[in-house]
Amino acid sequence: MKPYTDHTSVAALMDRSNVDTDQIIPKQFLKKVERSGFGAHLFHDWRFNADGSENAEFELNKDAFKDARILVAGDNFGCGSSREHAPWAIEDYGFNTIISTSYADIFFNNCFKNGILPIVVSRRDLDQLMQEIRTNEGVRFSIDLPEQTITTAADFVVKFDIDEFRKQNLLLGLDEIGMTLQNADKIASFEARQQQTHPWLWK
Amino acid sequence: MKKTMYEKIWDDHLVHEPDGQAPILYIDRHLLHEVTSPQAFEGLRNAGRPVRRTTANLATLDHCVPTKDRHLPIKDPIARKQVETMIRNCADNGVQLYDMESPNNGIIHIVVPEHGFVHPGMTVVCGDSHTATHGAFGALAFGIGTSEVEHVLSSQTLRQKKSRTMRVHVEGELSEYCTAKDIALSIIGHIGTAGGTGYVIEYTGDAITRLSMEGRMTLCNLAIESGARAGLVAADEKTFEFLKGREFAPQGEDWDRALAYWKSTVSDQGAEYDTEITIDADDIVPQVTWGTSPEQVIGVDCKVPDPQHIVDEEKKKACADALDYMGLQASANITDIAIDYAFVGSCTNGRIEDLRAAAKVAEGTTVAEGVTAIVVPGSYRVKQQAEEEGLDKIFLAAGWQWREPGCSMCLAMNGDELKPGERCASTSNRNFEGRQGKGGRTHLVSPAMAAAAAVAGQFVDIRQK
Repeated sequence: MKPYTDHTSVAALMDRSNVDTDQIIPKQFLKKVERSGFGAHLFHDWRFNADGSENAEFELNKDAFKDARILVAGDNFGCGSSREHAPWAIEDYGFNTIISTSYADIFFNNCFKNGILPIVVSRRDLDQLMQEIRTNEGVRFSIDLPEQTITTAADFVVKFDIDEFRKQNLLLGLDEIGMTLQNADKIASFEARQQQTHPWLWK
Repeated sequence: MKKTMYEKIWDDHLVHEPDGQAPILYIDRHLLHEVTSPQAFEGLRNAGRPVRRTTANLATLDHCVPTKDRHLPIKDPIARKQVETMIRNCADNGVQLYDMESPNNGIIHIVVPEHGFVHPGMTVVCGDSHTATHGAFGALAFGIGTSEVEHVLSSQTLRQKKSRTMRVHVEGELSEYCTAKDIALSIIGHIGTAGGTGYVIEYTGDAITRLSMEGRMTLCNLAIESGARAGLVAADEKTFEFLKGREFAPQGEDWDRALAYWKSTVSDQGAEYDTEITIDADDIVPQVTWGTSPEQVIGVDCKVPDPQHIVDEEKKKACADALDYMGLQASANITDIAIDYAFVGSCTNGRIEDLRAAAKVAEGTTVAEGVTAIVVPGSYRVKQQAEEEGLDKIFLAAGWQWREPGCSMCLAMNGDELKPGERCASTSNRNFEGRQGKGGRTHLVSPAMAAAAAVAGQFVDIRQK
């Protein structure tokens, strides 16, 4: 996983709540066995017309948002399915940061496995961030993960919380499985104990 | 110290909490299907890691499999490759797979309980959000992403943060016309699709304990639709009765030891939950979703909401957008909404009791003109039992299609799908835009309600007969 590095990028506005994983990556695109190439299908049913042309009404198709690496969206982003194809599509499309008031649990976890930083901010802060984009589409925000801040072009600074373990994993691009397997002896002890106390689980 | 079921299972599975890191939780059972596993197996191969504990895994093919003409190769080459990849991955790694030729094949969350693979007190995961189903057995069961699938295959553990606990207490007498599906939809209507986020829900109350095991599976299946990590129902005599004698259930001496442990997993009297809500089962009426989220649900005797009457700006817009997508008029009677399709099946309502309920309504009737109605048994075992009971003949005589098992129209990955604008009375679990096909309009209901809608060509209040 690529380490997350601080950046100043265009922030795209998706002023919708409850954006579900079926919209982020519709199921017809889940049949691939590879991890790559999902960005082409991000928000497919909203992004494209029936004839395959770009839907000019869809917010992410605006020219101002084309180089966006930050996605600012409404409550409960990523609700629905556990499909990790959703963050794969988001990351492959070019976003590495999402800003919202809340996320669905499984989607939130999946982001951290893919170098995406899902920032949680207050309702008031989200409203102000969204308003800044509305009045100045193409505006850039600076994300500083070590300091845990978002700084906008209008010098509005939002401080966010993040679990320290997750923060370090993002910054270092760590292989979580490798870290867990460093505890292989403890896993083995647990299994040996369970085989004694709950032998039927091992038959 | 008094503990809830969730806290007991958590404590029993905590391997280690390294300093400054997320805790490591042991996973007893891992379930797999073809859509969320290929990249995980690829990761294992690339890292040169074997599957740590092959017998803790059980796999099936369900999302992409056709429900008719299964003797023919899968039409979609990408889906065909995905299925072949799964078969190869399981063979290479020693993971038991119920493939399309197996008499045990079916939807993963239907097949796993049939074989008694999940017991009370276990931790169970799968790359599928409806893994929550197995909470019906008093097991901590939840959905994970593909990276976590790889983590479990490699280490038989997961990095997990502890959830908060929510008790949903359902007391009272449920109408004979209502089911676990209606209880579940009612709860989601109450707390919303994010009401359970950050929580593991435990369902208590006599309306819950009166549910059969299949009813409990339907209920827990839908815990994820309220945002909860998992749902739990305390193990009791019904649970033990269900498990006894099944292939992966403990045998002989082990049964008694397991039973004693299972009984100890229930929440202690007086244990405290972070949040509690109470719902009166007497108030529940047959539910119908009207919008594009499971929380946009209402009683069949009600009217579709009017955005004008909604104060909250965001909810007003969500309502208006949903009505627009669904092609519904504000304040329309639910019972005036005509349908094009009826689908009985899915991991939510594809079991024998669900098929019996639908067949009871369908018997002696005919599907309405212009309506296509299909029944997709959740597994070959369900299909076989249904045929032994003559349910297939009832459905066929009534003009329904009788299909082979699979996820089918729940998420339309296998060619069973709605055309744009088509409206479906569906026993599945999600009504998001495009879920059953681009432009498809999904209304979630119980099996009896789906069958009644198929006969009438529109939604029916099944209490009025």
